[in-house]
Amino acid sequence: MRYFSHTPEDIRSMLSAIHAGSIEDLFSLIPANCRMKKNPDIPPPMSEWKLIRKMEEMAGDMPSSAYRSYLGAGRYEHHIPSILPYLLGRSEFSTAYTPYQPEISQGTLQAIYEYQTLTSRLLGMDVANASLYDGASALSEALFMALRITKGKQIAMSKLVHPFFREVVSTCFAPTSFEIIELPFLDNGTTDISKLKDMEDLGAVIVQSPNFFGCIEDLRKVSETIDHQKTLLIACFTEPIAFGLIHPPGDQGADIVCGEGQSLGIPVSFGGPGLGMLACKEAFIRNMPGRLVGRTTDLDGKPAFVLTLATREQHIRREKATSNICTNSSLCAVTALMFMASVGGSGIRKLAQLNHDKSEYVKNGLKAKGVRIPFSAPTFNEFVVQFENGFSKKYEKLLQEKIIPGLPLSEFYPELKDHYLICVTETKGKADLDHFIEKVTS
Amino acid sequence: MTETSATRGLIFNEPLLWEIGKKGRIGFSMPEHDVPDAPLDKEFIRKDSELPDLSEVNVIRHFTRLSQWNFGIDAGMYPLGSCTMKYNPKVNERVALLPGFAEAHPLLPTSLSQGILRLMFELERCLAAITSMDAVTLQPSAGAQGELCGMLIFRAYHRKKGKPRSKIIVPNTAHGTNPSSATLCGYKPVGISINEKGILTPDAVAALMDEDTAGIMVTNPNTLGFFEENIQKISEIVHSKGGLVYGDGANMNAVMGIVDMAACGMDILHLNLHKTFSTPHGGGGPGAGPVCTKKYLEPFLPVPRIIEEKGVFSLSNDFPDSIGKLHAFYGNVGIMIRALAYILCMGGENLKKASQLAVLNANYIKEKLKKVLHLPYDRTCMHECVFSDKNQNPTKITTLDMAKRLIDFGFHPPTIYFPLIVKGAMMIEPTETESKEEIDRFIAAMEQIVEEATNQPDLLRNAPMKCKVRRLDEAQAARKPCLAG
Repeated sequence: MRYFSHTPEDIRSMLSAIHAGSIEDLFSLIPANCRMKKNPDIPPPMSEWKLIRKMEEMAGDMPSSAYRSYLGAGRYEHHIPSILPYLLGRSEFSTAYTPYQPEISQGTLQAIYEYQTLTSRLLGMDVANASLYDGASALSEALFMALRITKGKQIAMSKLVHPFFREVVSTCFAPTSFEIIELPFLDNGTTDISKLKDMEDLGAVIVQSPNFFGCIEDLRKVSETIDHQKTLLIACFTEPIAFGLIHPPGDQGADIVCGEGQSLGIPVSFGGPGLGMLACKEAFIRNMPGRLVGRTTDLDGKPAFVLTLATREQHIRREKATSNICTNSSLCAVTALMFMASVGGSGIRKLAQLNHDKSEYVKNGLKAKGVRIPFSAPTFNEFVVQFENGFSKKYEKLLQEKIIPGLPLSEFYPELKDHYLICVTETKGKADLDHFIEKVTS
Repeated sequence: MTETSATRGLIFNEPLLWEIGKKGRIGFSMPEHDVPDAPLDKEFIRKDSELPDLSEVNVIRHFTRLSQWNFGIDAGMYPLGSCTMKYNPKVNERVALLPGFAEAHPLLPTSLSQGILRLMFELERCLAAITSMDAVTLQPSAGAQGELCGMLIFRAYHRKKGKPRSKIIVPNTAHGTNPSSATLCGYKPVGISINEKGILTPDAVAALMDEDTAGIMVTNPNTLGFFEENIQKISEIVHSKGGLVYGDGANMNAVMGIVDMAACGMDILHLNLHKTFSTPHGGGGPGAGPVCTKKYLEPFLPVPRIIEEKGVFSLSNDFPDSIGKLHAFYGNVGIMIRALAYILCMGGENLKKASQLAVLNANYIKEKLKKVLHLPYDRTCMHECVFSDKNQNPTKITTLDMAKRLIDFGFHPPTIYFPLIVKGAMMIEPTETESKEEIDRFIAAMEQIVEEATNQPDLLRNAPMKCKVRRLDEAQAARKPCLAG
């Protein structure tokens, strides 16, 4: 086996140095009835070449690049600059552990500090942490954080927060006594916040923008409706590219911002790994979950970076920690940093505008062909359409023609029969879009 | 020791990204704007995001220079105890980036996801075979989320039985994530001590286990590197009071193909794909923490589950007792691909051999270094051994000083000050992928450091000297946090 370096002679001499007769002797303290009776039933070792062939076969069972997909809904197809996989292949980043030894981890530490900084700027917040697992875990952690601060007992969550994020929140909150109240949506595709003022013990409000229907929410109005001393506004997102163009949540009164960063250069990879992003106002730093990198100096006074405020964390505080998260999504945070650095402030605005304009092109094209656009609120790069009754048959036909025409919504919102969520990003050229409009309406 | 592996080399200072940026640059190939402009109303438009503008060359050089300030497993031995820093095979990276996998959207119709579902299903079967457990979920994103999953299953199980419980037994040797995860599920962790041999005793468990205790969390082998020899008896005691046994599989690398976790009495067990199954740690993630259970707990596993019928795979939410979803989609699939690639390259026999060599390496280090370092529990260990700085107390040299000095010799330090029950702990896990020569160099370095501790202690107090920076002012970082530039 090529990953081992021990020769039979090495093994003999090591055993003899420790006065053991055989390797089996080293396991003699394991009682017989705890042992495996035979080798695990998995296939015999594969050569590198056979493995590659097998994996290529399985990958070949997935849609090829000939497909045109209009799926979004929390994971987005964006172009990934060639330099990203190249830089991420540097094993100094990928094979390092959590940077607990700062003197030999300054690369990761400076990168994470830069990630925290650029994330704060993109989201319009004061500070960001070093990442959480994914957007759903970031939301759940943000909620626990808000409730630690406000001590409220109720949570108001928009029905237009990603349905899977809401499911994860309900899993993580099942053992608690907090009450989760769902905020319905208005006819224009944004959240109805009229119920908020009647809630007595409201600790946190969660609104996603752009929301699950792609509509841009008026977070400022939500912020002005609540008393921030008692209730924190958590703004959630799944498409951070939007904030290259539209107001970031921090500019609109959000106290905590959290969401999924996959759009920022991370392959979709069937939904994971993603990047849980979390940022907040400075006043809440010591209540944050997850790791934080801070700037300091070394013994010679040279600037350097180190993990800090670790007394919030599980390896120090154990059952009193702000979160149980240890391993997070560090390499994905570095990926997002590389992406943000590559596009830059000017580029991300152009990229966001391009996403918006292409999406509008399809929206208007469909509208012109008589397709109903049920929600009137402005959208970013995805939007809801209502196709004719029985579109599901055509859906199957389009799949055969290598078009994946968006996500049917009735599974998530039974009242939205024949409604589909369509996402259009910079990856499609005008010819693709014209073809798509033609095919779904013919 | 004549010459150390570590030497001086040319590395570069590199400013922060925003100190390099200049308006007017771009490092991204912007696709053609081939549709009409559709400006959004001004009221929606933000002011400048202040992300720096850089060229592609700026970005490449910046991150290449940063990478050179890092120590990774490809550069040298990384003996972090309980972290299993083994070699990360490169073919795993190659297959994980195949476009069919990397570009697959999680909401594809299942007719277009058969390849990836098959891969996940095969990985589930392999993990079940390696642990002797029955059912597997791949959804948890890391070990701690696996623990959370396990504790949620504990809770769901006891509620289903109609008797919710309030406490859980967690050994004092456990990772901090254990009590933290249990607390998130409303359980009060009750500490339990180990005996003079460094393991749990049935008597101690029996004294704590009652009908208000949901069960026990056991890391086996434990964080002192010892197999919990009484695990079967302990499981019986816990089961006899209606409790469940949770296994923290962080140290699974010691016992693959050797220990039958089901026979030990484990009801639930999590694995760390980024430890035992060779996926890269990524400087702190992403990892994956699959959870294995016995058949009778399968209904509680997170949804969706992967179902196979006549060779066709689908995702099913039809499990009314499920704890629900833990990940927005199905977990860290990119990590699962790498882990399956590893398992298939190794096969059952080499997985067992990996554990054997990991244990051989650890015992070799233990026997050699116990002559110079204090070994609090002198017994045959599994894949890791724990020393302390007790012998150095007279010179006031600490574990931290020795750890930092190791860097100057070209080694990543071991895990230090953990487990908490050993004062000044140094927890060394070499893994199977270190050669005898490298381990001999490590031992020689430690021997020299111990000698320096007596004769030239300032060498240790000032260490490391060969890195880009010297020791950091961590107090300043925490007192006046500067978390963004």
